[in-house]
Amino acid sequence: MPAEIYLNVAVSGILTGLVYGLMALGLSVIFGVVRVVNFAHGEMMTVAMYLAVVCFSAFGLDPMIMLIPIAAVLFVLGYLLQKGVINAFVTGPESTQFLLMIAIAIIIVNVLLIIFGPDARGVQTSYAYDSFAVGPLLIDATKAYAAGASIVVAAALYAFFRFTLIGTAIRAAADNHTGALVVGLNVQHLYAVTFGLGAACVGAAGTMLILLIDVTPALGPAYTLLAFIIVITGGLGSMPGALLGGVLIGLTEAMAGLVFTPSAKSMFGFGILVLVLLFRPQGILGRKT
Amino acid sequence: MGRFDIGLSPRGLTLLAGLLVLLIVLPWFAGDYLLTVLILIFYFAYVGQAWNVMMGFAGQLSLGHALYVGLAGYLTAVLFIDLGIGPWLGLLVAIPVTMVVGAVIGFLALRFGVTGVYFAILTIAFAEFARIGFDHLEIVNGSGGLFLPVAQHESVDFWLLRGAPVMFYYVMLAATVVALVLCRLLLKSRIGYYWLAIREDEEAARAAGIDTFRYKMGAIVVSAGMTAFGGMFYAFYYNNLFPEQIFSISRSIELIIGPIIGGLGTLLGPVVGAFLLTGLAESLNTVLAALGVDLPGAKQVLYGVCLLFVIIALPGGVWPWLARRLGLAEKGT
Repeated sequence: MPAEIYLNVAVSGILTGLVYGLMALGLSVIFGVVRVVNFAHGEMMTVAMYLAVVCFSAFGLDPMIMLIPIAAVLFVLGYLLQKGVINAFVTGPESTQFLLMIAIAIIIVNVLLIIFGPDARGVQTSYAYDSFAVGPLLIDATKAYAAGASIVVAAALYAFFRFTLIGTAIRAAADNHTGALVVGLNVQHLYAVTFGLGAACVGAAGTMLILLIDVTPALGPAYTLLAFIIVITGGLGSMPGALLGGVLIGLTEAMAGLVFTPSAKSMFGFGILVLVLLFRPQGILGRKT
Repeated sequence: MGRFDIGLSPRGLTLLAGLLVLLIVLPWFAGDYLLTVLILIFYFAYVGQAWNVMMGFAGQLSLGHALYVGLAGYLTAVLFIDLGIGPWLGLLVAIPVTMVVGAVIGFLALRFGVTGVYFAILTIAFAEFARIGFDHLEIVNGSGGLFLPVAQHESVDFWLLRGAPVMFYYVMLAATVVALVLCRLLLKSRIGYYWLAIREDEEAARAAGIDTFRYKMGAIVVSAGMTAFGGMFYAFYYNNLFPEQIFSISRSIELIIGPIIGGLGTLLGPVVGAFLLTGLAESLNTVLAALGVDLPGAKQVLYGVCLLFVIIALPGGVWPWLARRLGLAEKGT
């Protein structure tokens, strides 16, 4: 095989990985602040993917246009979920939180199954087969757009946490829950905003991912796992870590699919996960606690 | 109370004994459908009890118990199909192997300081590893699945575990009772108290001189070994094994919902949880069929909603609440 193939696959893996990274960023933000592990993360992403499919097939709206509206819808859903249900469990035992999220995941998967059926659904854009030639490289246009949008969303989220008042307040609540309560912050509201932001992230990622792959109701659990692998590899709670982890996993999967058999590619993701857990449990960019 | 009390009041004990007698005589007047449902309940009560040793007693959250079920299932099945070795002898291989695998995972996790959520994810990773590995393992026919020769229902061969549902019913009922007694013995022994100390406060337990590494390893190995029997039963009861199914994360989750709903760390929690959840799933089937609803996913949505309500209403589990309300628990427990 000529070297260009490897290079092309690597670039394609990195671009997909950036979308993965945005998805994982949502998980990381939620865990970093609310300290709840969102076991319904991939399922929330499939909700966004189906929203994008419906908008495209019913109204001809391109997922690139729907990026912000769908992220906003997911924000509202995430906000209400945290405010209405999860807040009561934030201080409870991990096993109860886990079961709560599993119950929510089961409901999401099967409601989608009832509405859309088990068949794969996707979107067929006019630019699906466009590509850019950069020297010897042939870059898939759709992947480039999706990756670019993911970087923009991630940067916007970073700016929000860094420079806005509410973003600062959320960071304060994450650092010191009791302290935040003492100075009079509405922690329940801040948690709900954070969960909403995490949901919006995964919503944006789902809207981009539907350009790359088809969606089925059963896709959720696999992507929940993928999001875990990515955030743990990059460092739970680290925002650049999530993106880096996404790129690393995207690249690994693409190369493994090329060199070995595609069906074994997720094994390499788990391999990386095990190595990171054993030798650098805080993740590549995570801080030691 | 004597050595075999499980924290029940006299009323609770009477009720349990009555239930046991009822379950023993049930096959004489119950149909195959009811037996099949009860087999499923016993199976979940058993593996839930096994998982509860690790999480409920010692506080180590495993989300990858499907690994032990699948491994033991495959081992006993391969020994039977390829070498003609029966399942009970096969267990002599499967249980130690499963324990060793549990020990290796536990050793890696504990020695490298992987705890809490990270530990749980690590157990998922190993189960997923096995799933993909077995998918590509030619000796067990990979993703094509492994099938056991299906026996005629008239001939009951206990040693080869081939026969009618009623045989499987008694085997699983016995296993559930044995698991309950075993867990009660463990819990009231020195090791059980050490586990509880570790679960409640590991730092304090270590400060009190408990070798926490050793006892956490113990919990993982006991739990894995107990689960192995469940895997063997699964293989010989269902007669087919697919890596995509038996090692899947949804199997690991399915197995732990019962003990958490029933009451984490309690002896009867896994049993109560299994009855409730399997009972719920089966009644939903019946109700939806009676209403003429034939919608794939409808049952699971209702199941999820019920689960959600139970968690919100009784976050501590159903059994502790039930025992309190009905006066089934011993005073002071």
